[in-house]
Amino acid sequence: MDNEASSPFPWLTLVTWLPLLGGLLLTAVPRVNETLLKGLAFGWSLIVFAVSLPLYLSFDATDAGYQFAETAEWIPALGIRYALGIDGISLFLVLLSTFLTPLILLGSWTSIETRVKEFLICFLLLETAMIGALVSLDLFLFYIFWELMLIPMYLLIGVWGGANRIAATVKFFLMTAVGSLLMLVAMFYIYQRREGPPSFLLEDYLGLSLTLQEQLWLFGAFALAFAIKVPMVPVHTWLPRAHTEAPTAGSVVLAGVLLKMGTYGFVRFAMPLFPDATLVATPWIAGLATVGIVYGALLALAQSDVKKLVAYSSVSHLGFVMLGLVAMSTQGVSGAMLQMLNHGISTGALFLLVGCIYERRHSRQIADFGGITKVMPWFAVMFMIVTLSSIGLPGTNGFVGEFLVLAGAFLADGPWDLRWYVAVAATGVILGAFYMLWMFQRVMFGPLKNEKNKVLKDLNLREWVVLSPLIVLIFVMGIKPQFMLERMEPSVEAFRKQATTSRLPADDTEGRARIAEIRQRKALAAAETK
Amino acid sequence: MEAQIPIHLIVLLPLAGAAINGLFGRRFSEGTIAGIACLAAFVPFLISVQAFLALQGGVAAIAPAPLFTWFASGGFKVELAFLIDPLTSIFTLVVTGIGFLIHLYSAKYMEGDEGFYKFFAYLNLFLFSMLMLIMGENLILMFVGWEGVGLCSYLLIGFWYQDHANADAGKKAFITNRVGDFGFLLGIFFILYALAESGKPLSLSFDDLAANAGVMAGLATTICLLLFVGAAGKSAQVPLYVWLPDAMAGPTPVSALIHAATMVTAGIYMVARMNFLFVQSPVAMTVVACVGAFTALFAATMGFLQNDIKKVLAYSTVSQLGFMFMGVGVGAFGAGLFHVVTHAFFKACLFLGAGSVIYALQHEQDIRRMGGLMKKMPITAWTFLLSTMAIAGFPLLSGFFSKDEILWKAFANQTTLVPGWALWTVGVLAAMCTAFYMVRVFCLTFLGEYRGGGHDDHAHGHDAHGDHGQGHGEIHESPAFMTAPLVILAIGAVFGGLAGLPHWFPGHPTNWFEHWMSPVFTAAEGLKFLDNTSLELTLMAVSVALAASSASLAYYMYAGGGRHLPAQLAERLKPIYTLVYNKYWIDELYQAVIVGPIKAFSRFCWRVIDDGLIDGALVNGTAGVVGLSGRLARLFTSGDVQRYATVLFVGVWVLLVFWLAR
Repeated sequence: MDNEASSPFPWLTLVTWLPLLGGLLLTAVPRVNETLLKGLAFGWSLIVFAVSLPLYLSFDATDAGYQFAETAEWIPALGIRYALGIDGISLFLVLLSTFLTPLILLGSWTSIETRVKEFLICFLLLETAMIGALVSLDLFLFYIFWELMLIPMYLLIGVWGGANRIAATVKFFLMTAVGSLLMLVAMFYIYQRREGPPSFLLEDYLGLSLTLQEQLWLFGAFALAFAIKVPMVPVHTWLPRAHTEAPTAGSVVLAGVLLKMGTYGFVRFAMPLFPDATLVATPWIAGLATVGIVYGALLALAQSDVKKLVAYSSVSHLGFVMLGLVAMSTQGVSGAMLQMLNHGISTGALFLLVGCIYERRHSRQIADFGGITKVMPWFAVMFMIVTLSSIGLPGTNGFVGEFLVLAGAFLADGPWDLRWYVAVAATGVILGAFYMLWMFQRVMFGPLKNEKNKVLKDLNLREWVVLSPLIVLIFVMGIKPQFMLERMEPSVEAFRKQATTSRLPADDTEGRARIAEIRQRKALAAAETK
Repeated sequence: MEAQIPIHLIVLLPLAGAAINGLFGRRFSEGTIAGIACLAAFVPFLISVQAFLALQGGVAAIAPAPLFTWFASGGFKVELAFLIDPLTSIFTLVVTGIGFLIHLYSAKYMEGDEGFYKFFAYLNLFLFSMLMLIMGENLILMFVGWEGVGLCSYLLIGFWYQDHANADAGKKAFITNRVGDFGFLLGIFFILYALAESGKPLSLSFDDLAANAGVMAGLATTICLLLFVGAAGKSAQVPLYVWLPDAMAGPTPVSALIHAATMVTAGIYMVARMNFLFVQSPVAMTVVACVGAFTALFAATMGFLQNDIKKVLAYSTVSQLGFMFMGVGVGAFGAGLFHVVTHAFFKACLFLGAGSVIYALQHEQDIRRMGGLMKKMPITAWTFLLSTMAIAGFPLLSGFFSKDEILWKAFANQTTLVPGWALWTVGVLAAMCTAFYMVRVFCLTFLGEYRGGGHDDHAHGHDAHGDHGQGHGEIHESPAFMTAPLVILAIGAVFGGLAGLPHWFPGHPTNWFEHWMSPVFTAAEGLKFLDNTSLELTLMAVSVALAASSASLAYYMYAGGGRHLPAQLAERLKPIYTLVYNKYWIDELYQAVIVGPIKAFSRFCWRVIDDGLIDGALVNGTAGVVGLSGRLARLFTSGDVQRYATVLFVGVWVLLVFWLAR
């Protein structure tokens, strides 16, 4: 593909809307025929995955710009365009979405027993919304997809969730909706602030000059929306509740893709749009990220419910992503990108594994298990591999991302010295091993005492098919992550440039003074030590 | 010449063995499994010998082109590349050679275990990780192996996972090691930082690090101390030694291979490999030497009163590792490493000997229920005796040469900030303790009368993993698969010292081993030591005499006329006895001061801070206030989410229209 604005074939449109088309087709199938419905949905999602592969195969790794770009007028009067495109940052997130969807559909083959048809349609709609949000280059279009994701997710938890699903859904919905509304307001602000013909195109705003005061407010609005989604401490409390109540499919997609929308939002929008505010906010974000790493790990340690433990571990893992992003060094940002994908795969796999034993035992309480290795040896092997990947063992995918994030933050390429943050964050490496291995031991090792556990069957063929691709990816990304890193790097460099180039107007003397003061910090500190 | 030696196979063959047995071993016979695993250890051994001979032939180092780039980001690049230089070559020989012997031994020892294939897969995986650790050409690959051996150790300690104690021990080992790895990681980050600050390329390959060592001078102490935290974790030094005694829960061949001969020496390897940094920081050197010396003595005292034969050997390992750190800490890198090699022989032999006894006694590990086994198991007994003499420093056996070299270098060093004689004194005390507890174990196990057997039900007790098909009651020497490795290791324990004959030894003006290693330690050439052969010989005589007398005392107390003494002394010195018997309550202390509070704090975070403060007060509070004002305004009464959602969306569109109307 060429790096020029338009692509000869609208691949992104196809990949984005194909799932929804599948959902529409499903409406024509009678609801009683559940196997056919599931088979069609699964097959359709496989086709979507296949259709998304050319995005990788034809991706130009040397190009930092948007590829497969498409633009069309949508609402010309308001300057709203249907603009799509991907770069090294969004490419793999799109692929992650199309890759996980069939696995999730196959994984919930038997666990969804009511309203199967609606479930499948809902899920395919969700896939379209996720991909749409990732490929949109128009702020308004992005916002539409962003909000569109909420609806099927809301239904997934609210309809197919556990006993306390309503409370969990309300919390999930309100917290994320409040954040996004503030973001929308901020979008309108910059929309009316910009001069020239009306436009919502992202690139039209990357040169917009705003005072520091404005940037801080706007960044705050965007950041809050994204921080809730990530989720960062202290706006994370919806997550464990949503996870505990969500069906396996909901949890996997939530951890696998939806949380990444938060971090992706920072990379794509909040940070490049408001570079000066980003600079000012760096110690705050790094601080919250670091607190999140340690605090999330501590919360995970206290859990007696496996699923809740995994949910809190997400808070910790996503903290690493945020720390890497604000470090602004190539290693930090690339590591953060990699860590997003790693988390999607490892935590997605963990939720699937938890789903496997939940389906068998209808319990997720650690205390109900013990000695499971004896009856489910292959499950034990897979669970062990995923656990190790989650704690970042070298050779699995978890290591490279975590290492690059921490090293990148240590070498933070800006006026802020993040070394102490790294020192604290790295204790997350110890705590991670602590809560994961402790949980693993209590579930899998020890004597097989509980009678109900003695009859548990090992993984069946369907579960093998669901889990194996994830296990393979864990190793592939751990041993040869270069195929991802080299495609990301040009876009990462472009992002770093955008997000670190000051865009204060000449008359914002106050803001300029503040930024100049921050920029001198490192030089001053260096002079002091000498 | 060098290009033809496929040294990457040394690393990769064990991985292949692990993969084959791990994936398909379930369907193989035990013979096939053991055959594959042994081959995956033996062929690498042959290649290691070939590499060693090539180095002997004058090649400086074998460093083939990288296999591929593992990852690269913004000028920081990690290649998958291997290296064999004199330092590595000694380690590859020990790891693959002793590793192979232990594989052989395990084929018999683990016979009939339901996890047989898994055991050998793990063992091969361990070899792979260990070889990655020592042959990796850069610090990151070393870290990969470092974590990998930790994983295998975890898996093998908890091998009989159905017992929570074993699984606990495995977890404890992993987490304690992670504490060390935390230091290791930060050390790496500081190195990168120093390179970045001075504009050097961000390369962590050892060659580049050695070349750029100068720019790290300012941070050398910080870096070295952090790296040493990692080393102390992996090599079980104070205060991170607590996992190693518990690690004895694993099958005995594992204790011999991982927790005695190879993995636990990784910390010494690391300090030796990074010698060019350590020599820049006298503070770090002093810390290494002092921690080593203290650990040597502290752990030796804990070995006094243990009754589990493997626990005694475990504390002994901790103590001997302390000696090695004392050696490298005072700048005597060659001496420290020489002790790594001799220790690998005699300690592996001791562990396998213990395993042989445990096997013969149907899983009895308590030395109070042993005794008199010399007649029944002569090969085991004699090899155990020779190794005991070697570790106790009996003149002319391997341990004598390596230990005395360390003691002398500690005395003579002019690098550390503490006086050499102090280190020497601590070391000699530790050596005395070593001689005592080792002779005690030997006497209680092999001499006197057999105290186990039919009298109590324990003898037929916990057969943890299947039956060896032996008749109960009758005690036999172990089969040849197990005794052959014992004999080979004992030969090494006796004659291994010949490789490092000291300069004063007639006809050997240079110490071959140290000379062999010297190209790796050019940075340490400037370190100064006293040069006084007569003082050296005097001190050696003193230490030998002291060790001999403490060994004799132990013999007298446990096999001679003084057999009433241990009980009497225990009574007399009750407080000290209790303290040492309970291993100074260090485990309990850690539990109470670290683990317990972390768990309590995590529950506090969850219940009080998260559920109470953040979610309760902040989130629900905000929602409550909003809801309340809503209710006051009589806008909502239902409180259901659809209503809220509708209002939110209507609000948005109102806003939109408002902006557009401007």
